[in-house]
Amino acid sequence: MQFMLILNETPEDFARRADPDQAQEYWGGWNAFIGAMAQAGVIVKGDGLQGPAMATTLRIRDGKRRVEDGPFAETKEQLGGYFVIEAPDLDAALDWAAQAPSAHSASVEVRPILPMPAPPS
Amino acid sequence: MSAGPDSSDTARIAEEAARASYGKLLAILAHRSRDIAAAEDALSEPLVSALSAGPRRGVPANPEAWLLTAARNRLKNAARAGHVRRSAEPEIALRALPDDSGDDLPDPRLRLLFVCAHPAIAPAARTPLMLQAVLGIDAARIAQAFLVEPAAMSQRLVRAKARIRDAGLRFELPEPADLEERLGAVLDAVYAAFGRGWDDLERPEAPESLTNEAIWLARLIVALMPQEPEPKGLLALMIYCSSRRAARRDKAGAFVPLDRQDTRLWDRSMIMEAEGLLIRAAQTARFGRFQCEAAIQSVHVQRPMTGRLNLDALATLYDLLVGHTDGIGARIDQAVVMAERGDAARALTGLDALAADRVARHQPFFVARARVATLAGQAEEADASLGMALSLTTDPAVEAHLHDLRRQTATKRLRS
Repeated sequence: MQFMLILNETPEDFARRADPDQAQEYWGGWNAFIGAMAQAGVIVKGDGLQGPAMATTLRIRDGKRRVEDGPFAETKEQLGGYFVIEAPDLDAALDWAAQAPSAHSASVEVRPILPMPAPPS
Repeated sequence: MSAGPDSSDTARIAEEAARASYGKLLAILAHRSRDIAAAEDALSEPLVSALSAGPRRGVPANPEAWLLTAARNRLKNAARAGHVRRSAEPEIALRALPDDSGDDLPDPRLRLLFVCAHPAIAPAARTPLMLQAVLGIDAARIAQAFLVEPAAMSQRLVRAKARIRDAGLRFELPEPADLEERLGAVLDAVYAAFGRGWDDLERPEAPESLTNEAIWLARLIVALMPQEPEPKGLLALMIYCSSRRAARRDKAGAFVPLDRQDTRLWDRSMIMEAEGLLIRAAQTARFGRFQCEAAIQSVHVQRPMTGRLNLDALATLYDLLVGHTDGIGARIDQAVVMAERGDAARALTGLDALAADRVARHQPFFVARARVATLAGQAEEADASLGMALSLTTDPAVEAHLHDLRRQTATKRLRS
């Protein structure tokens, strides 16, 4: 099965990315996590994302396109990146999620990838 | 004497076989696809026809194998008809179905028990799911026991099964490192079924009790995990409680608290069995919450033999128990024992320090607080707590008992 690890981070986590005193530790933590997944060969694809300040949100209401700067909602946690991994089951995917640095400061949501519909026979 | 079992015997044997086999067959059928609902559908018709054909045709030599084959054929047909095709996966899973007849080790039901109490399943769904998947109890009866609308209970079960199928929950035994915690969740779910049944046990209008089902499940887990002490602790705990069943009401149907029960009405053979389980559990030297709770029950049943309740032993056990569970009940009972041993003022302070939102609607808290306040000589506090307890009581027999206590408290207040 494939699972997406939805890696949420706090504003403090995002700030650490560019903070000269903390950036090394921040990226070191992620590199260790990503390295471990790569070593195990479970990564299907994945990316880090620029911070929520760089987000643009679109919604269509009454047929009109509405675009806003910033993320959908003011919440304490925002999407910081994602990985799609190959894992035999949710339990194994959760074990990987538990190794993400942001599991300690924010959260990791784990969702199965929607399988492609079977081709018509 | 007779040539063979008559038809009612055959029906009973078929029913017993069905109960013993149900969870096993479901666990095998749902294992690869994780699709409990589809396995239930496939199993239901062969089961009904086996049960109704039993009296006419007799019991098949190997009913389990017969049911498994019939259900597997139905599952394959349903897959072919596209009923269970949500992706290419079920077809592959079906091809991978093992041809065993359920003799593989470990017992397939263990996997089923663990997936029902998986951390990714909502705690409120775990017990109903277990009762349905392992014992084949229908949603309507589970709903009745849990005082939930049948439609709501069905919804809860459907959602939980969909999660097991689609969210990729592990349908296997947990890793050794996780075993203790995962087993704890399984045992909690079984105990919840017992508690559900126990609260309503003697009320004539109460829904059919689940206590026997909980004990059946605990016996199964003890048999499947003979090396684990906590299932024995849980089974012992439930058997101790059941052994006092006849003593919980007097002839008029009035509630009799534990310390006033006629101990001659306690079931000796059940107590012996529970004691034996507790001793066997202790041999592993791995203490845990359920062994602790069972040991507390053991202290209570020793009262008729020694003529007194060993409060020192109870205090030690409750101190241990609060380290094993964050349950509010353990803290309440710990305070009562403290008060009975003469430290009522400290016990009352302890009770009042418990989080208000956890005790505000908890009837046993106010019953306990009334007792502790009485021992502390605070009759007015006791009266207030009894008033609260009464407002949270629905059982008329318990209500009558609390009114009695309140009258006694009022008499003491007048005298002082």
